[in-house]
Parts: sequence; C-alpha cells; structure tokens
Amino acid sequence: MDPDTDIGGPLHKFPVTNHSAIVGARSDDQLVRRRAFDTILASYWKPAYKYIRLKWQADNEDAKDLTQGFFANAFEKNHFASYDAGKASFQTFLRTCLDGFVANERKAGRRLKRGGDMDHYQLDFATAEDELASHASTSLSPEDYFHREWVRWMFTMSVDALRRRCVESGRSIHFQLFERYDLSDDGASVSYASLGKEFGLDAATVNNYLAAARRDFRRIVLEKLREITATDDEFRIEARSLLGVIL
Amino acid sequence: MKWLSDDKLSYLRTIVGNPDFSSTKYTFVKELARGGMGTVYLAEDRELNRLVAIKVLNTPEVTEDLRNRMVREAQIIARLEHPGIVPVHDVGVLPDGRVFYAMKFVRGSRLDEYASQNAAQRDRLRKFQAVCDAVAFAHAHGVIHRDLKPQNIMIGSFGEVLVLDWGVAKILRTPVSSEADTLIMPPAENNNGEATTSVDTSHGTVIGTRDYMSPEQARGEIKQLDERADVYSLGAVLYFLLTNRPPAEAKPRSINPKVSKPAEAICMKAMARTSEERYSSASELSADIGRLLDAEPVSAYKESAIEKTSRWVSKNRFLVLLVLAYLLMRIFFVFTSRP
Repeated sequence: MDPDTDIGGPLHKFPVTNHSAIVGARSDDQLVRRRAFDTILASYWKPAYKYIRLKWQADNEDAKDLTQGFFANAFEKNHFASYDAGKASFQTFLRTCLDGFVANERKAGRRLKRGGDMDHYQLDFATAEDELASHASTSLSPEDYFHREWVRWMFTMSVDALRRRCVESGRSIHFQLFERYDLSDDGASVSYASLGKEFGLDAATVNNYLAAARRDFRRIVLEKLREITATDDEFRIEARSLLGVIL
Repeated sequence: MKWLSDDKLSYLRTIVGNPDFSSTKYTFVKELARGGMGTVYLAEDRELNRLVAIKVLNTPEVTEDLRNRMVREAQIIARLEHPGIVPVHDVGVLPDGRVFYAMKFVRGSRLDEYASQNAAQRDRLRKFQAVCDAVAFAHAHGVIHRDLKPQNIMIGSFGEVLVLDWGVAKILRTPVSSEADTLIMPPAENNNGEATTSVDTSHGTVIGTRDYMSPEQARGEIKQLDERADVYSLGAVLYFLLTNRPPAEAKPRSINPKVSKPAEAICMKAMARTSEERYSSASELSADIGRLLDAEPVSAYKESAIEKTSRWVSKNRFLVLLVLAYLLMRIFFVFTSRP
C-alpha cells in the first residue's frame, strides 16, 4: 500500500484480540469454546430476553424458556461458529438466529421446558422483568430496541466490572466518586470542591480520581467490546456504535 | 446492578468517548467538532493557562516510526509561520494510542457563517484574497492543503483570516527529505455534513471534501496533485463566496446576477477541469483578485472596448465627475455670457 495515500499509515489496523469470544466459538478445544460461549451468553442474554418479550410478545415464562433454549441450542449445535464477520455484525447475526429460533419454535408449536436434558443457565430474569415493567414503553423498532438494550447491558456490566476492579485494587474511593458524580442523577450538578468535602479530598484530587476511574471505565468497555467482536473492522464499527468514537 | 436510564447512558457514552488528556498538560473542556477522521476538542493548556484546540486522530496504536513521521510533519507545519495559517503548538500521543495535535484556538466565525451574514461582495473578495495569500505562502514552502473549503477557513474577531485543518496536507518538498509525504493530522469537520472523506480508488485514496475537490483529487490521482489542486479548491471557495452556494454546474452569474463578468471568469479559470488551464499558483490567483478589487483588467477575462471604458469610468469616477462638472460649467458660461 502506498503510504502516501493511506491515512494513518500502514499501522492503522487494530490487532485482533486474543480474547475474542467470537473467535473462541470456532475453537476445536471444548474448554475454549465453553468459555467463549459463556462470554456471549453473559453479553446477550438480557437484550435477547427483552427482545423476545417485545417483538414476539411472549409472556415472561415463555420468554425465559425461549432465551434458555436459544442459547442452549446454539451451544449444542455450535451455531456461533458459523458467524461470518464479512456479512454482518455479530449482534445482527445473533438477533437473526434468535428470530429464526423463536419462529421455528412457534411454528412447531413447541413449548420448551426448562430442566430436562437441556443446559440450564442461572440468569437473573426477575431483574430483567422488573426493568421491562418500569421501562417497557418504546417507540423504537424491535431491532433498534435490541441494540439499545445491548448497549445498556454492556455499560451496566462495565460499571459492575469497574466497581470490582476498584475494590480489588484498593481504590474504592475512585469508584465511589465515579458513582456519585457520573452515575447518580444529580451528580453532574455537584462541584468537584463540594464532592471533595464530602469525601475528604481536595478538588484536584477529585479531578484526578475521576479521570482515572473514567479511563478505567473506557478501557473496560473496550475490552468487553473486543471480547464479542471477531475482526478489527467489526470492533471499530461497534465502537462507533457503542461510544460514538471511531477507533 | 443499577439500571442506567437513557440519559445516563448517553452521558456515559460521551465521557467514555472523550479523550483522556491526563498524561498531557491539557485539561479537557468540551468537544468542538466531530467527523469521520477525527474530533476537535477545546482544552486548557495548564502550563500556559490558555485555551487550545486539540485534534485527536482516530488512529490507535502508534509505533515509533509513525510517531517520528508525525512529529516531523508537525514541525513542517509549525514552520509555516504566517498570520493566515493557524499555528500548531504541540503533537503527542494519548494513553489509548491516539495521536493529537494542539493548535491555536481561533475565536470567530467560519467563512460560510461569515458569508451568511450578508457580507458585501468586496469584503468577501478581500477575505478571499487573504486566504489565497496564506495558501500561496504554504505552497512556497512546499505544502499543499488538499482540503480547502469555507468550513476550514476562520474569520477572527478582528477580521483576520486563518486557514485551518492542514490535516490532509501534502508535503511536496521539504528541506529534510525530497520524498513526497502525506500529513495525517485529523481534519476538523463542520456540522453540516460536509465531511472530509477518505475513499479508496484504483489510483489511491481520495482525501478531501467532494464539493471543493479538484477533479484529479476526486479521481484519487494523489501522485499527480500539485499546487493547482488547491487553486481549484480556492476557485470553489470563491464560487461559494460569490453565490452563497457550494460549487455546481451553473456559472456564478446565473445564480447571482450581481457577480461581475471578470469575477466569474476568475472563478471559472481557477475551477478549470484540467490543471493546465487553471492559474499556475495561488499567488497568481491572488494577484488577479487584487486587480479585480482595484478595477484593473484581470488576466482571466478579455474585455470589450465598452467594458474597458465602463471599468475606466467606474475606477475614475471622481475624475470623470470633475471633468463633467467642468464641462457643464463651461457650457453654462458659454450660454450665459452670450449677448
């Protein structure tokens, strides 16, 4: 490639992460595949459940069974290994598979029963149902709704991961400041100085701690994104969609 | 896990998207403009206690080679010390690997905003001439801009004219290397969707903004680009200033009848399809604009005898009025002094 015509030079490519669950889903190693599947399940079960409830108008019991059944079936038949990054994003692929699965189940008139010989995952459907009950009304299309819920879930998981990391590294106060300023509803209206008083810190330290927490949060979000994207391009596209930034 | 509302989600997306300047001497203030290739932020330089505009390039993971090249490029741009060229203060790499450039923060309005304020055509031409002079200075130092457009030109609070966004500039000649090179500074983009683009072609990569791009640049003939590609873009900027519209097939006078024939001719010569038919340099274009402003004949337009006379009369209006007054007085005296 002519370096003169290549913005960013020949080094613009983002390296493919070693921890991509999408890549792991194609592994011959059963353990690697299982880990990859767990990551995909953790990242998508909640948007999938809500999507089934909204688009397919399933009642909560039916939606629980369909969610469990979809992921169990996908793992058993290794569906995620057939994902082709050149055709669509993984998110679109998963949603299309989900639609196909639910349509087939409905067509066959089956009602999946939890238990039996199928894998059963510990998923917090009660919380998902509470969220649906309080925030169900939406003017979005089912596809946009799925995407928005996926983004929300990614950020929710990232906040949780940040909390764990801060606690484990003895920097709980970083998270507390982040939680107070960036997550609470009245946070942004509080000055650094008054926040400092609340936490026994000066304003400059509050600024530094908050900057560090946000930096960690950004890193966590991007790490999670790398885990569930297969290629550089997909990572970039998803980063743009998730964060509005282009990497 | 706490439920994140839509507003909170949007807020978190913003703070995560903002650059991390913690390893630099800058403090993030706010986002100024965002585009396909980079984002411009307002930041405070804590050491010098002043505001700067920082462009963050979208390219992550910079190696030593690329970093050295960027520093060299920044040095070349920094060497373009001209009142019409926005100065580069600093270049560096953020913790996430993205490269940034710190530049003077220019207060004022963009040329398109300035034009929308009904500025007189003569004032517009003077500003345009200042743009030509800045570009001519860069050309003299072997640098072509490649993305000249109204959105990349600022009119400062005191009427000063500044050419911004040397983000996709091409260095034709440098004292340190004869090799032609491409700057990779991120160009800022306006909020009107007239974004700088980078599109691959069979010849190379199309870099710039379609409406204001020379035909050879649109074809991706990167190696063939020279100063005349900027001359075309300057012509397109002049078209905009004459008509308040982005360049189109229609000639300026068909859109705005107040445009003089010589002004239109200058514009069309600068925007000629082939580079050979254009002005050979920005300074030549500037000189023609200067002649137009001084009501002198311009090189782009051959006047008829009537037009020549009309222009002479227009330029020497005071003298003509004086002579006319003298003649009228003489006539008056001749008639009144008759017995």
